[in-house]
Amino acid sequence: MYQYDSFDAAIVQTRVEQFRDQVARRLSGELSEEQFRPLRLMNGFYLQLHAYMLRVAVPYGTLSSTQLRALAHIARKYDKGYGHFTTRQNIQYNWIRLEDGPDILADLAAVEMHAIQTSGNCIRNITTDQFAGAVAGEVVDPRIWSEVLRQWSTFHPEFSFLPRKFKIAVTATEQDRAAVQWHDIGIEILKNAAGEIGFKVLAGGGMGRTPIIAKVVREWLPAEHFLSYIEAIMRVYNRYGRRDNIYKARIKILVHEIGIEKFREEVEAEWQQVLPTHIDVPAAEVARIAAYFTPPAFETIVPPVAAHEAALKADPAFAHWVARNVVAHKVPGYAIATISLKPVGGIPGDASADQMDAIADLADQYSFGDVRVTHEQNLVLPHVRLADLHAVWRKLVEIEVATPNAGLVSDIIACPGLDYCTLANARSIPIAQDIANRFADLERQRDIGELKIKISGCINACGHHHAGHIGILGVDRKGVENYQISLGGSGAEDASLGELIGPGFNDAGVVDAVEKLIEKYRAIRQEGERFLDTYRRVGAQPFKEAVYG
Amino acid sequence: MARVEIKRKSAEEATAAGEIVSGGITLRFRDDADHDWRHVEGDADLPDGGAVVVPLARLAETLDLNRFAAVGVRLAPADDARALAPYLTRLALVEIGFLTFRDGRGYSAARILRDDLKFSGEIRAVGQVLADQLFFMVRCGFDALELDPSVREETALRELERFQLVYQKAADARAPVWAVRGG
Repeated sequence: MYQYDSFDAAIVQTRVEQFRDQVARRLSGELSEEQFRPLRLMNGFYLQLHAYMLRVAVPYGTLSSTQLRALAHIARKYDKGYGHFTTRQNIQYNWIRLEDGPDILADLAAVEMHAIQTSGNCIRNITTDQFAGAVAGEVVDPRIWSEVLRQWSTFHPEFSFLPRKFKIAVTATEQDRAAVQWHDIGIEILKNAAGEIGFKVLAGGGMGRTPIIAKVVREWLPAEHFLSYIEAIMRVYNRYGRRDNIYKARIKILVHEIGIEKFREEVEAEWQQVLPTHIDVPAAEVARIAAYFTPPAFETIVPPVAAHEAALKADPAFAHWVARNVVAHKVPGYAIATISLKPVGGIPGDASADQMDAIADLADQYSFGDVRVTHEQNLVLPHVRLADLHAVWRKLVEIEVATPNAGLVSDIIACPGLDYCTLANARSIPIAQDIANRFADLERQRDIGELKIKISGCINACGHHHAGHIGILGVDRKGVENYQISLGGSGAEDASLGELIGPGFNDAGVVDAVEKLIEKYRAIRQEGERFLDTYRRVGAQPFKEAVYG
Repeated sequence: MARVEIKRKSAEEATAAGEIVSGGITLRFRDDADHDWRHVEGDADLPDGGAVVVPLARLAETLDLNRFAAVGVRLAPADDARALAPYLTRLALVEIGFLTFRDGRGYSAARILRDDLKFSGEIRAVGQVLADQLFFMVRCGFDALELDPSVREETALRELERFQLVYQKAADARAPVWAVRGG
C-alpha cells in the first residue's frame, strides 16, 4: 500500500500545526464561529447533536494493521471505545472534544493518516473497490489513480470553496463495488485495444433530495490527461454550480439544468484551456505510486487445499460463512474475506477498539497487514490463504464479527440518524436493528438471498436509500417518525433509482411491511432471481398489493 | 516572490471577539508602484484623470476615454473573467471581489486570468479576505490581498508561509512535490 515519503509526511504534519493554530485563534476570539466552521469541517470536525464528530479519512478504504491499531487507540483515548465505519470508507468518532482535535490529528499523522477534507465544500475522500488488488478482472489497481487524485485534491487552491461537497469514486472492474454512478464524478478505468489505460468519466451523480444517476462526460480519456480533464470538470462546476440554494448546489443539479451535452461542451472547451498549464502528473510519478501497490509476495498454491476442504466439511457454520462472506481471490489458494460489522441487533458499521486491535492482529498474521473498509460499512481481509481461513474465522467468531450475512437482508446500510445527527428527522439505527432481529434466522436470510436494504434518517440520503433494493427513508410527519419505502434501487454496475411504493409507516409498521415485501418476493420469484431481479421483472404492483392490500 | 509591501489604511479595527487590532491591511507582492486608485461605483461619474477602478459593465467606456493614468476593473463573483480578454493589455489591475469567503468563484477567475489569458497585471483580492484563504489565493495568481479588517497582520504572514510543499501545479511558481521528488 502507499507509504508517505518525507514530502507527504511534512504536508500532513504542517496541517496538524495549522489546525492547532486555527483552534487557538478560535478560542482567543480572533476567528468567529462562522469563520472557523469551514476550517474545522475541512479537518473532519462536524458538530452533531451531543458532541463533535470526527471523521477520519481512510483513503480509498485501505488501512494497514498499524493504522487500524491507531484508530483503536483514538477510540479508547478520545472517544467511548468504539468507532463507526461509513459509506465513504471513512471512520467516524461520535464523542469527540474539539480541544482534543489537534492531538488526535497528531496521533493520526504519526501513522500517515489525517482527516483532511472529510467534510466541508471541497473534494472529499476518494473511494474505490474494497477488493482492489485482490479480485480478478481488474484493469489495473484502482488505488493507483485514487492516490493520484488524493494528492492532487489535497489543499487544491482553486477548489477548496466549492458550491457544495464533492465526491469522487473509482472502479477498475466490470462489477462496481464503489457505486461510481452515484458520485459527483465516477471514474471507470478501462483498457483499449492497444492495451493502453484510459478512463470513462461520469459526472453529475448523487443522492440527497434530488437523486440522479451520473451521466457519461467522456467515453475514453487517455491516462496522461487524467488530472487536466478532472480539473476542467471542477472548474466548470466551481464557476457555474449554483450558490444561491444549498439544496441545488451539487454538480448533479448543474448537469441536469444545462443538460449533459452542454455540460460536456463546457468541460471540453475548458479542458483545452487547462491542458497547456501542464497540471497532469508525469508517467514517472504514476509509476512511483504504482510501485507501492505491487502485489504482496503470494505463495504458489495449487488448490484444492486439503485443510480448507476438510474444515468446510467438518464445520457447517464455517462453511456458511465461507459461502456468504468469502469471495474468490485472483491468486489460486487465496481468498478475500468480508468481516461483517452487522451483527444481528447491532449498530451497522460500529467496531469496538478491541475488535479493531484483534482484526489488526489477524491482518498481520494472515493478510499481509492489509485491511479494507467497504462502502457497505464492513471490513475486509483481502489476502487470506485458504488454509488459514478457518483459523481466521474462529477468531472472528470470538470477537463477534463473523456473522455470515454479507449481502443478505441483515447487511444493512444505515446512516447515524436521529440518534446522533442534527439533520435527521427520524432514527435509522433502531430500524436496522429491528429488521435484522425480525430476520435473525440465518437460514431464512440465506433463502431470501442477496437483498440490499439501505436506511436514511432524512432526505439527505447518507444511508443510500435511493440505491437500496429496498430503501427506507425516515421523515418527520407532524412530529412523528414516518418511514417511506422505495423499491428497485441499485448502487452496483446496474445502478438504478428506487421508486416510492406509497404512504409511509411507523417504526413497527415498516418492519412488517419489509417482511411482507420479502414474503411476496419468495412467493413469486423464479429460479435464480434476486429480490431486485424479481422486482424488475414484475414491477411494483404485486409488491404494493402485498403491503397495502 | 517579489518584495512584500504592506499598506495600512485605518488605525484600528475589531476582530470577531472585539479585540482591537491594526486593520485595513493590504499585502502586495509586486515590484511595480501601486496607484492611488479611485473606485467608481455603479453609474457614478468618472473622474477627469488619475487611476480608476470601474465595474465590468463600464470598462469599455472607461478605456475609450483614454484619459486615465491607469485603469482597473472590479469583477463581481458572477462575472466571467474571460470577458476581459480584449482589454487585458490596457488593464493595470483586476480586483476580484469576495462577497463572502465561502464563495470560491474568484479562485477560478484568477487562474483563468493568469494561466489562460496570461495577464501579468495586478490581481487583487478584495472583500471577505481571511487569513486561511490567503495561501490558496496566492497560488491561484492573486498578487495583492486586501485583508478583511479582522485579520491580524502576523497571522496573515504566518499562514502565507506555512506550507512549503504543495501537491499540484497552479498559477504560482511553486513546483508540486511530484516535480521535486527524486530531484
